Amino acid sequence: MTDRRTSRRDALKWLGGAAGSALAAPALAQGAAGTVIVIGGGFGGAGCARALKKLNPALSVTLIEANAVFTACPFSNGVIAGLRDLKEQQFGYEGIARDGVKMIFQAAAGVDPQARNVTLADGTRLAYDRLVLSPGIDLRWDALPGYTEAASERMPHAWKAGAQTLLLRRQLESMEDGGLVVMSAPANPFRCPPGPYERASLIAYYLKTKKPKSKLIVLDAKDAFSKQRLFQNAWKELYPAHLEWVSLSAGGKVTAADAAGLTLTTDFGSHKGAVVNVIPPQKAGAIAALAGAADRTGWCPVEPVAFTSTLQPGIHVIGDAAVMGAMPKSAFSANAQAKVCAAAIVRLLAGTAPAEPRLINTCYSVVAPDYGITVAGVYKPNNGVLVDVEGAGGVSPLEAPASTRAQEAAYAEGWFKTIGAETFG
Amino acid sequence: MIRAALSALLLTGAGAALAQSAEAPPGAAACSGCHAISKSVETPAPRLLGREPADVVAAMLAFKSGARPATIMDRIAKGFNEDEIRAIAAWYGAQKD
Repeated sequence: MTDRRTSRRDALKWLGGAAGSALAAPALAQGAAGTVIVIGGGFGGAGCARALKKLNPALSVTLIEANAVFTACPFSNGVIAGLRDLKEQQFGYEGIARDGVKMIFQAAAGVDPQARNVTLADGTRLAYDRLVLSPGIDLRWDALPGYTEAASERMPHAWKAGAQTLLLRRQLESMEDGGLVVMSAPANPFRCPPGPYERASLIAYYLKTKKPKSKLIVLDAKDAFSKQRLFQNAWKELYPAHLEWVSLSAGGKVTAADAAGLTLTTDFGSHKGAVVNVIPPQKAGAIAALAGAADRTGWCPVEPVAFTSTLQPGIHVIGDAAVMGAMPKSAFSANAQAKVCAAAIVRLLAGTAPAEPRLINTCYSVVAPDYGITVAGVYKPNNGVLVDVEGAGGVSPLEAPASTRAQEAAYAEGWFKTIGAETFG
Repeated sequence: MIRAALSALLLTGAGAALAQSAEAPPGAAACSGCHAISKSVETPAPRLLGREPADVVAAMLAFKSGARPATIMDRIAKGFNEDEIRAIAAWYGAQKD
């Protein structure tokens, strides 16, 4: 065993030198050419397209994405609270194109899994050997009575970053001191489990520093959420007068929205806000359903090794759209899955079995500019799903000095820069 | 020439392992979500590329045992055994800038 490991390490060093370029695996076991199409240019799709080309430059890799500029959701709560500029959230695809990925800036209109082709919005048809769907989420406009796409112009969701993020920010900025902010958080599953609570924290930070007579009330369709005790401890410490969380059992589930009246109705009453932020129920991005890769829940079931759809042949689904067992819907998860998926596809095209993966997720939440908290997990396939590796993962310590919270806030900033460079070059 | 050498290696057990080692060992691909590949990224998380594998192994084992203070690495290191840590460290050590 030891001998084998030593020789393998020596061989690795030799290979690294021979290959000569960072992270470029020699076209050896995986030299087979092939055509891969990736739909969706976020942390999953863009990361996967880039990784495919690096792992096997002989592949033809096309990334289909409707927008020429990507606006990232992680850290966008800081934009809402006036702590960051939206430009800091934005990435172009030049780096990915430079790596040899063919970019197509159009929406994908359809997928034929049997014929293995994608139809673009303009009618062009593109054939593939393997397809990766990484469409992120769509908001369910049918799930909360009164909360339509038109209503979101009055009561923004800001759960896809961009114009909605800026709308919510402007509404907060123009609100009079003393105004009530009302937010609703959905039942599981949804994009970024700690996201609503980071947002609540940073809106409370904004109110405390800019509109001290105002208050935020969070209406929740759940009794439990990610990093709950850490958030609640921080709220007690930092925002006792500015943030109130109403759990499901305390009547927090929103059952209807009235955009004209800026009012959310729960089983227990109604809440009228000066600003109302509705984070509605979600589903996989539309192309997943068009491809037949989404099930009745609206999400995409996959196997846990190569993230192949269990519903359609030749299609992989990664990121927020996929059902990933214990792994949460996060940018970090999507990017980690993207790289595992890319390596698996390179092997599948070469006719070999994908290796059993190990995945990591790390989620930073910033509850104040100098106060960060985390949840981390390590995952492996077991009985057809990704499960937590026992003994690993968990949240930041409940008791920690301010210096630790400040350190995690600094690491959070570093993480955002790193994942941006990792994904977009 | 490289291809010929590799073909020769493939005939042996070491060669089979080598063929597989071209891609990152399990878990390694996730590290670069926080530990930047690019030199130009400003972050307090150290780069792993080209780092001496023995140093990475020592750090990970100390995180795993709790001997080394951490914010998050203690929680992540516990998800890997020593062999897995060695494979990841060796792979990053072998990558060139």
